[in-house]
Amino acid sequence: MTDQHGPLEGVTVLDLTEHIAGPYCTKLFADFGADVIKVEPPGGDPSRSVGPWYQGMPGVERSGTFFYFNTNKRSLVLDLEHDGAGTVIERLIQRADIVIESQPVGRLDSLGLGWERISSLRDDLPLVSISPFGLDSPYRDYRISDLVLYGFAGEMYSIGVQDREPVKMFGTASLVECGAAAATATMGALTAAELQGIGQQVDFAMADAQFNGVDRRHAATMGWEFAGRKSLRAPGPAAGMLSGVYPCADGYVEFSGAAIRIPRLNDMLGRPDWLQEEKWWRPGAGVIPELVEEFNAHFLPWALERTKREIWAEAREAKVLCGPLFSVDELFEDTHFSDRGFWATANHSELGDVQLPGRPLIMPASPWSLRRPPPLLGEHTDDVLSECGFEASEIEAMRRSELIG
Amino acid sequence: MALPLEGFRVLDLTVVWAGTFGTTLLADLGAEVIKVENVHVWQPMTRGGQARPSAEVVKAGAGWAVGYPNAEPGPRPWNYAPTFVQQFRNKHSMTVDLLSDEGREIFANLVSKSDALVENNASGTLEKLGIGPDFLREAREDIVVLRMPAYGSNGPYRFARALGVHLESVMGHTLLRGYPDLDPSYITSIFSGDYVAGAHAAFAIMSALRHRRRTGEGQFIELAQAECAGGMLAQAFMDYSMNGVVQERIGNRSLDGRAPYGLYPARSEGDGSDAGDRWISISVMDDDQWLGLREAMGDPEWARDPGLRNEAGRLERHDELDGHISEWTSSQDDYELMHLLQSHGVPAAPVLDSSRVHDDPHVQHRDLNEPLDLYDDVGTFRYNRPFLRYSETPLRIRKPPVALGEDNEYVYLDVLGYSNTEIEGLRERGHIGMDYDPEIP
Repeated sequence: MTDQHGPLEGVTVLDLTEHIAGPYCTKLFADFGADVIKVEPPGGDPSRSVGPWYQGMPGVERSGTFFYFNTNKRSLVLDLEHDGAGTVIERLIQRADIVIESQPVGRLDSLGLGWERISSLRDDLPLVSISPFGLDSPYRDYRISDLVLYGFAGEMYSIGVQDREPVKMFGTASLVECGAAAATATMGALTAAELQGIGQQVDFAMADAQFNGVDRRHAATMGWEFAGRKSLRAPGPAAGMLSGVYPCADGYVEFSGAAIRIPRLNDMLGRPDWLQEEKWWRPGAGVIPELVEEFNAHFLPWALERTKREIWAEAREAKVLCGPLFSVDELFEDTHFSDRGFWATANHSELGDVQLPGRPLIMPASPWSLRRPPPLLGEHTDDVLSECGFEASEIEAMRRSELIG
Repeated sequence: MALPLEGFRVLDLTVVWAGTFGTTLLADLGAEVIKVENVHVWQPMTRGGQARPSAEVVKAGAGWAVGYPNAEPGPRPWNYAPTFVQQFRNKHSMTVDLLSDEGREIFANLVSKSDALVENNASGTLEKLGIGPDFLREAREDIVVLRMPAYGSNGPYRFARALGVHLESVMGHTLLRGYPDLDPSYITSIFSGDYVAGAHAAFAIMSALRHRRRTGEGQFIELAQAECAGGMLAQAFMDYSMNGVVQERIGNRSLDGRAPYGLYPARSEGDGSDAGDRWISISVMDDDQWLGLREAMGDPEWARDPGLRNEAGRLERHDELDGHISEWTSSQDDYELMHLLQSHGVPAAPVLDSSRVHDDPHVQHRDLNEPLDLYDDVGTFRYNRPFLRYSETPLRIRKPPVALGEDNEYVYLDVLGYSNTEIEGLRERGHIGMDYDPEIP
């Protein structure tokens, strides 16, 4: 029988992260079996105060953003600015296997809760600090948004078209990239702690994760370094023989360099007579402007007679790189993903059953699981403190002094 | 102290970016990652668009695609493709002809000495090569295998060919980004699907190795890249799930209604002529930051309008604000604007094109690059270093980005235990080499 608790069962994470990147990192830990104790300030993680709101009504337990990024975690409300916070954090540290934080650089240190304190209590406990620019950068106190981060350190400059401004990805995508990389950094630290007893600080800079990640910035800087060649935005919409987004009967489909494998493109289009001419089959034909124009004159009517699903089915059969542009409602209704079990449902005590994207990957012997919905604010304060050995009377006193909530 | 993954051996059958980034992270962390390659088979988009691009091709395209060293194809272009070479650091490369029985035997031997294997080939590729799950399990019972099909190993889309951008279109990302006032055909490619899939791959391998330590059990992990990309679209998914709302494109504006939020024209020192344009991003996240922006701008009269003091008022008049702010930024240096705005607590930074990355003070201070000579002598260039920073187990470039077959001797001799005579035979039978077949274009 497989272990149904996930590969990180038995790991206790002390989670002092907020907003998107840090919480995505700790969500992966929680969803794969770790006990993640999320320390929230009075009033809650700032992601509780952004939408989308359940049924359009704001509320601390109604944020769709908080909902997604905090499944399987337990919430403890603790005022880190309060004099008594150190005592509670110390006990939490004693029970933790790893600490992850995304507070403003230097905040925990100034509260006496930073690396110095942690390493003096436990020499085998790793601390992962997630920050925009790292702990020692000349920009360490600078602030970011997803836009500022992606524009500066990601490859945003070359996304979009030349006579317009560069344009970013959806929502907080760049922060989720960073959160996923931070989870890798954290797993590395946890592995070193478990195998070698190493406690250490991991200085995770989101800017570094963009500059040196794989989101094409690595390639654009290499092209500049190697050849002094810049990577610029495209001159206009879809160009080349099937590269880009094209209209069809009921929406749009995307292709990438389809003419590079002309036999497959030929199959997809049903081997039409016009495409049998030798000129299309010469290497490099796909970038000759006159040929591209002629090709499009044949291709566009073909596409406009077909739905995106029909075109994608032809492309799949012919092994042509292609994807239909689905809207979110079309994706939710798509049976490929629902039949595979991609969507999950969390039962929330205030909101009822809520559907959300499920596992990012399938690990059959130690599976992802939704063991609990995102926590109510402070839902587990008493449980966690009592597990840490505090008496009910002590907890009551902490609550009266507004140390906890 | 040893690196976190020292002592683990990972076989790398990855292509393009997603899988390759995953094994790069594992290699940075200390695993011995061995790329298993074949000199008789050209994997498109793995060591370049073509094995031997012509001088014309190298001359014509974008920097990130064909900006080869010194703008020349060089002796072995596949070792220097700008699109891929940054994901080859800290890895080993061996070659074996997996299309032959002998090759599969060699590979089985290698699997038996390895902890994990990562692959993101088109669905069914391993099965076609005869090295599918049964073969791998037989070679090593507790092997951890991570496969990264675009849409999963079952269902109608399982054989769909895809790069990251296609599967993100399917997941809804393409219709959720781009210029809201232009037709969707103006939406150009992004590459975030590769990033998240690669980062999850490294996380998953380490997690599964932990599970193996506790139970002795290996496993076959399936990472459907489309599903893995879901987290990036969480707010749009939750809005539909909670409210039935299908979100629309908002370009560079804030998902949370922050305002002003966008890119504004700016200038910079030096030659921007062939890049044309400079931009600064500005994100005002709350009313205090709005006051900060006003101060930074010298509190012009238009900004003192009481109707702009709260976010709702600013959001309603976002276009008008954009016009005023653009007027203020357009004559100013982008880095100076960054420092000025940040000193007033306002998130802001230049939108850097690739030519400016190496000169940035942050990039220099954090040592994000290192000059290296690779296998063939084409000159010294700066390559990305590992970007994860550990205080006690510092990651570094232990091996420069690896050339095709560069570690054949180490792998065949030291890992697999073949004799020099046997290796000669293997070389003659086409397993061992450092050049793709001459007829491969």
